[in-house]
Amino acid sequence: MEKTKVTLNVFRFNAETDYLPHYDTIEMEVSKDEVVLDVLNRIKWEHDGSFTYRRSCRHGICGSCAIKVNGRSTLACKERMVDMIELFGNELTFDPVSRSRAIKDMVVDKSDFWKKHDSVIPYLKADIDEHPESENIVPPQEAEKLEEADYCIQCGCCYYACPVVNEANEDYFGPAALVKAYRFTSDSRDSAKKERLQIVDKLSVGVWDCVKCFECTQACPKELDPMSKITKLHNQLFEEGVAENNVASRHAVGFKKSIEKHGLLDEGMLVAYSEGCAVFKHVPEALAMWKKGKIVMPWDMPKSKNLDEIKKLIKISSTAKF
Amino acid sequence: MSLKYALYTGCTARESTPELLKSTMAVAEKLGIELVLLDEASCCGASHLQDFDDFLSLVLNARNICYAEKLELPMITICNTCQLNTALTKKRLDENPELKERVNEKLGEVGLEYRGTVSVRHFLYALIEDYGLENIKKKVTRPLSTINIAPFYGCHNIRPSELHHHFNRTKESPYMPTSLDDLIEALEGNSVDYEHKNRCCGFHVDLQAPKTANRLSGNALVDAIDNNADVMVTPCPLCHLNLDVKQHAAAKEVGREINLPVLHLPQLIGLALGCTPEELGLNHNVTDVTLV
Ligand code: SF4
Ligand code: SF4
Ligand code: FES
Repeated sequence: MEKTKVTLNVFRFNAETDYLPHYDTIEMEVSKDEVVLDVLNRIKWEHDGSFTYRRSCRHGICGSCAIKVNGRSTLACKERMVDMIELFGNELTFDPVSRSRAIKDMVVDKSDFWKKHDSVIPYLKADIDEHPESENIVPPQEAEKLEEADYCIQCGCCYYACPVVNEANEDYFGPAALVKAYRFTSDSRDSAKKERLQIVDKLSVGVWDCVKCFECTQACPKELDPMSKITKLHNQLFEEGVAENNVASRHAVGFKKSIEKHGLLDEGMLVAYSEGCAVFKHVPEALAMWKKGKIVMPWDMPKSKNLDEIKKLIKISSTAKF
Repeated sequence: MSLKYALYTGCTARESTPELLKSTMAVAEKLGIELVLLDEASCCGASHLQDFDDFLSLVLNARNICYAEKLELPMITICNTCQLNTALTKKRLDENPELKERVNEKLGEVGLEYRGTVSVRHFLYALIEDYGLENIKKKVTRPLSTINIAPFYGCHNIRPSELHHHFNRTKESPYMPTSLDDLIEALEGNSVDYEHKNRCCGFHVDLQAPKTANRLSGNALVDAIDNNADVMVTPCPLCHLNLDVKQHAAAKEVGREINLPVLHLPQLIGLALGCTPEELGLNHNVTDVTLV
């Protein structure tokens, strides 16, 4: 069978004995049918028996085998080596999903991941009839509303790709926990929808701290599009009247207000409306912008042509209230 | 070669980044590309309106596309987030006849119909795919050969890749994008390789989580500087607002001095094509552009 030669740089670290990590360089030939996990096995079997990684099902179900290949979140038992070579060439670097959380080689401490998972009430809350006369049937159209959020395997590929969690705000729940929240807020049997929505509405931990970068959507091996679930959670916050009146919710609503008035966005008005009294903190920036001719005065605010059309469409197409 | 497009400017280019619209028009003129401004278009909702009202966001974005369809011209955008929202709308309507009908029911009330007949691409990809890098290279009168240029791609042009591969012939890798690097090379500049080139600037949480936004922008700027960048370039005006206008705040957050000029994509191209600083609106950039 046709084989391809690869050079692997493999992250090695033992938190108990090492001060710093290092990389082992290993050359091997891989065949077309090998997945990344096969190569992890071969590193252990053929090169160094102490090499450590997690795996169990080898079927993309247990969610334990995620690593990073050239920085890309990768479910090792799912991705073929040939595809990695096509993406990144013949020199590949294997890292744990998070270097800063590494315990041993590819094994990371996932405790923050699970803590956030636990924060969103990750189970069904419902009054269960303990002696039902027949099965509790969920009709297909109800099940579809989950949009496969229940297929999540908690692999963390999305979580460790999320720049907010990993570079900026470690309190942010991150995509996996939010997918889990959506899995239950969209379940018609659940009775804790509002409670859960209140949890994800909180600033600094919940949906409002997502930067909309789509790293999670790109990373998810089950193609669950976590980012779109976050959008749906936003929608539910407004539908259920849970969204608190704060800078973040006013920012979303402010777009409609501005489009209604100008067609275009009135940037200054949006900031003022969203921030309320706190708008003063933007003064230095506004001044710098003004000096560079970047501030449009209210009387010069451009408007879309055929604005009446836009106004009418907003009137007849609006589906949400704040 | 005669190329003609319907230009969806988005809001930013008409307000806080006038230099983007100016430089886009200047570059189009140099290259002999005809741009028809879609003055009827509204805001795309900047990926926030849909958080509040998804259906309304669809209707408004579909309406914008209708005006390009009326002109029978391919539509181009000059903002990554406009591109994302317009492309997402188009894909959802094209793939879901029932949704399309619901949207058209509303549009019908103002005498419009979304048909799905025109393409929607960011100017960057229209240039690469229709005009061609080779042809751009031929037009270079002031090669950028002494300048190290850090490309900052911006999330919404490269992720989710499935969406963008649907509309662009360029199959940009979301992990190792190359289009901007290729363009920089065509302008005879030196493209800077750095880890943050495909990362997020944090723009969308500027108001509710400024620390996050400043941290992400700061990390990207510092990474570019540490890899010897003289200047950064981005195809997205929202990234530009964070990287340029808010550079000071970003520097403070990451505890580093930062003084890196950030150019809009057409400003960079315009420099190489011999446009004047005035034509490119360089006076509007907050971090002074001193390399010319
Ligand atoms: S889209 Fe939101 S949740 Fe997903 S990776 Fe980006 S910031 Fe994190
Ligand atoms: S959403 Fe996808 S990437 Fe994230 S944990 Fe679940 S399966 Fe893994
Ligand atoms: S080994 Fe179970 S998901 Fe990969």
